[in-house]
Amino acid sequence: MYNSGKIIIGIIIFLVLATFPFWFNRGVAQAPPKLEVGTQEKQCVESTPFMKANHMKLLVDWRDYVVRDGKREYTSTTGKKFDMSLQNTCMKCHTQKTKFCDRCHDYVEVAPTCWDCHIAPVEPGQAQQAKALRSSN
Amino acid sequence: MNAWSSLFASLFAVIGLVIIALLGVAPAVGLGTLFGVVIPYVAIAVFVIGIVVRILQWAKAPVPFRIPTTCGQAKSLPWIKADNLESPYNIWGVIGRMFLEVVLFRSLFRNTRAEVADGAVVRYASAKWLWLGGILFHYSLLTIVVRHIRFFVEPIPSFVALLSSADGFFEILVPTIFLTDIAFVLAASYLFFRRVFIPHMRYISLANDYFPLFLILGIGITGILMRNVWKVDLLAVKELAMGLFSFHPTVPPGIGSIFFVHLFLVSVLLAYFPFSKLLHAPGVFLSPTRNMANNNRMVRHINPWNYPVKVHTYEEYENDFREKMKEAGIPVEKE
Amino acid sequence: MSLEHLPKPEELVKEDVLTPPESPWMDTPTVFKPGTYSFPTAAKNLKYLGMPNPREWSPTDKDWKLPDNWKEIVLDGIRERLLKYRSFRVFMDICVRCGACADKCHFYIGSGDPKNMPVLRAELLRSVYRKDFTALGKIFGQLAGARELTYDVIKEWFYYFYQCTECRRCSVFCPYGIDTAEITMMGRELLHLLGLGINWAMEPVANCYRTGNHLGIPPHGLIDMWEFMVDDIEDITGVKVGLPVNKKGAEILFVTPSGDYFADPGTYTCMGYLMLFHELGLDYTWSTYASEGGNFGLFTSHEMIKRLNAKIYAEAKRLGVKYIIGGECGHMWRVMHQYMDTMNGPADFLEEPVSPITGTKFENCKTTKMVHITEFTSDLIKHGKLKLDKSRNDKTITTFHDSCNPARAAGILEEPRYILRNVVDNFHEMPENTIREQTFCCAGGAGLGNDENIEMRMRGGFPRGNAVRHVVDKHQVNRLTCMCAIDRATLSALCEYWAPDVTVGGIHELVANAMIMTGEHERTVDLRGEPLIPEEDEDV
Repeated sequence: MYNSGKIIIGIIIFLVLATFPFWFNRGVAQAPPKLEVGTQEKQCVESTPFMKANHMKLLVDWRDYVVRDGKREYTSTTGKKFDMSLQNTCMKCHTQKTKFCDRCHDYVEVAPTCWDCHIAPVEPGQAQQAKALRSSN
Repeated sequence: MNAWSSLFASLFAVIGLVIIALLGVAPAVGLGTLFGVVIPYVAIAVFVIGIVVRILQWAKAPVPFRIPTTCGQAKSLPWIKADNLESPYNIWGVIGRMFLEVVLFRSLFRNTRAEVADGAVVRYASAKWLWLGGILFHYSLLTIVVRHIRFFVEPIPSFVALLSSADGFFEILVPTIFLTDIAFVLAASYLFFRRVFIPHMRYISLANDYFPLFLILGIGITGILMRNVWKVDLLAVKELAMGLFSFHPTVPPGIGSIFFVHLFLVSVLLAYFPFSKLLHAPGVFLSPTRNMANNNRMVRHINPWNYPVKVHTYEEYENDFREKMKEAGIPVEKE
Repeated sequence: MSLEHLPKPEELVKEDVLTPPESPWMDTPTVFKPGTYSFPTAAKNLKYLGMPNPREWSPTDKDWKLPDNWKEIVLDGIRERLLKYRSFRVFMDICVRCGACADKCHFYIGSGDPKNMPVLRAELLRSVYRKDFTALGKIFGQLAGARELTYDVIKEWFYYFYQCTECRRCSVFCPYGIDTAEITMMGRELLHLLGLGINWAMEPVANCYRTGNHLGIPPHGLIDMWEFMVDDIEDITGVKVGLPVNKKGAEILFVTPSGDYFADPGTYTCMGYLMLFHELGLDYTWSTYASEGGNFGLFTSHEMIKRLNAKIYAEAKRLGVKYIIGGECGHMWRVMHQYMDTMNGPADFLEEPVSPITGTKFENCKTTKMVHITEFTSDLIKHGKLKLDKSRNDKTITTFHDSCNPARAAGILEEPRYILRNVVDNFHEMPENTIREQTFCCAGGAGLGNDENIEMRMRGGFPRGNAVRHVVDKHQVNRLTCMCAIDRATLSALCEYWAPDVTVGGIHELVANAMIMTGEHERTVDLRGEPLIPEEDEDV
């Protein structure tokens, strides 16, 4: 007895699962999102490669300094001083969360908890929407 | 070869693989395309085709006899309670038994340990650690593989996000520690150390056992390092992965070497799979002692190569003994 | 060899028995120590069966007189079997050496020889498979767990494939269901291609082929033995039971292992069948041609199973019976349950079995048309068809030994227990790790129950002996009941060594003791001729 039918079904299931990323993408290589930095500044609080890899860690450190130790001033490796504030420092340059933070986070499925407490700045497009919403009420 | 030489041969082999990858993608050598595109493609092809070929090879051999190992009461008289999971008598029982075996490692859960004491006494102790280690290892691995889908496809299916958030539920550190990362390393280490410290395990272990363990531990450790220590640009990593999976391969600049080590070890594991004991994954489905119903006397099983054999017929038998049979008053065919 | 030559039980198996040796198993040579191996097949038996390379030789010889192309024969044999048995191919490929099987083998627990771990027993063959049939093995050799097939490997196979009783206990614990019985069967088939087998298996095979039974009893000899039992029964009960032999047109053909015709305590079980069938007025017959239910072909090769088994259906057809009932036997029931219909069926000339006494349809036997005697008897008891006086078994405090094959290859667990509970008052189970699907072998099955192998039998019998001793201490058990003829022979020696004062017997012996027969006189002795009430009790 060979059970060919069951084995073929098994092989098909294996092939479907094993090649999932191939057929799910349908041969389209979506280019990684372009981030709109939103500022003319040449340098963030630290170098770009450092920020790319470690911004989450920096933000958590800032939170701890401010909330737990009451310290507000950050001195960067270049010696420049910054106010440790997500809304007043980071978002001053990166004004558009949806076109900066979210694009990358969505692309690699990261769910930061910043916005559990902080309120994202209102962005140009959103401001008009909000206005329209208010007047319609 | 003794146990230690198998162990160290495997360890050095995996260290060698790490060094090869590091050298290969070093700027001076610049084999990024080889390690980022060519080898992964070859590995995936070998993995998929190799497994299918192996299954077909198994499938080509028939199951001439129905030989389930029965671990419970068979179906017999209506008032005797039959155990359809341990001694299945129909297809549902077989499906149930296979489900328990594949998903919950039923047989391993039975495990006991025999201890011999002086005075010729043997005792049996429960020994569920192997089961627990096995379950943790395999389910962590599965979760980790599914989590990786976030790098492979766009848009990302919602179950991946759900799984990741459950896995990182405790939000310890940033980025979150995944529980399965810890469980995976612990379980794989347990599977390794039991081979080293339990004398009879050390005795039976081959390089074939240590090598995949080291390989998979190497993959886990490089992965964790990449996430928490030597971080890499995930945008570029996903670009590379998406390139592979959409047949538009590309190696974006600026990805740390650790990523290529990780990818190379994964590639080796995939390519090694169809030639190794890792075949237990597809093989368990084809094990005749588990995937057959114990309905032997109810439903006839056909052996495709059943051939006639030489037998001693009744006629020959009576020819041998006719006179004696008649004397003893046993009826005979020919007087 | 005999039991007296063995050290005392507590000297035989010591605390450190399971500590593995220093030398790696591939480099450890095989030593044929007297008492731990079986003598090879006599040339006349191989010749009679038409099997290869008949000659006189001994395992302790340097030269085993193998054919010149022995290596080619074995490798071709492996190749052929890989294509014919999915079990073999899959089991060669998927073992991960997790070690769960290791201390499940009675021979490993009792001998501590690492090659008796089921995983290593399989590796003996698997290492050769890797070398010649897998890519990694060809390239990496020992690094991939592969090794060359050498003369010494053949010797090692002979030693260790005849140190496995094919009991399948390891297969219960294996996460992939790898069955060492299957591996051992392949190993033995390969050895037989070179003329390597053991006489205690092959002499019965040759006998069975010629006379219809393992013991080589000719038809008139069988009549003598059965008539002797009929006389004994008349002495004990006052009832003269019928003895239908080779009776054409009988409703049922009864087949049981020949060991029970011949030697105590099996004979008492056989008397039990005669009494039961007589009391029921069953229209049945014994057969001198199909006078063996057992099938040592199972311990030889698949082809030999079929060659010996063929007579069962052939005789049923010749006699024109409706169906077959099979007696208490272990490996016989693996053959009847898992092989017979496939090999020698379809049995379309028989009818679906129905009990003529209760009208019960044995639906579980509807294609093979062969009913296990405990299925038949438990159905009788359930329907109240037997008058039973349990008190006649009062001096018997029994436990039940599940025989490997009925338990792990057929799932017959409750029927014997149901019968036992109805015929004896004192029934105590052994510990749960040692019964039902986890039952431990008698260590004398699969052709190994011979005298020259006595040390290995007692070592392998250690777990079973230990469990018996446990219930002796706890419940004063004095009888080990089993439903297997090999058990009745080998467990007797095992108990003598590991649990003295425990006797061994079959289920139907106890049934017949308890069964009140029509027209019987008052019984004072049991089937063994021993007083129903022990004499010392009368003194009190």
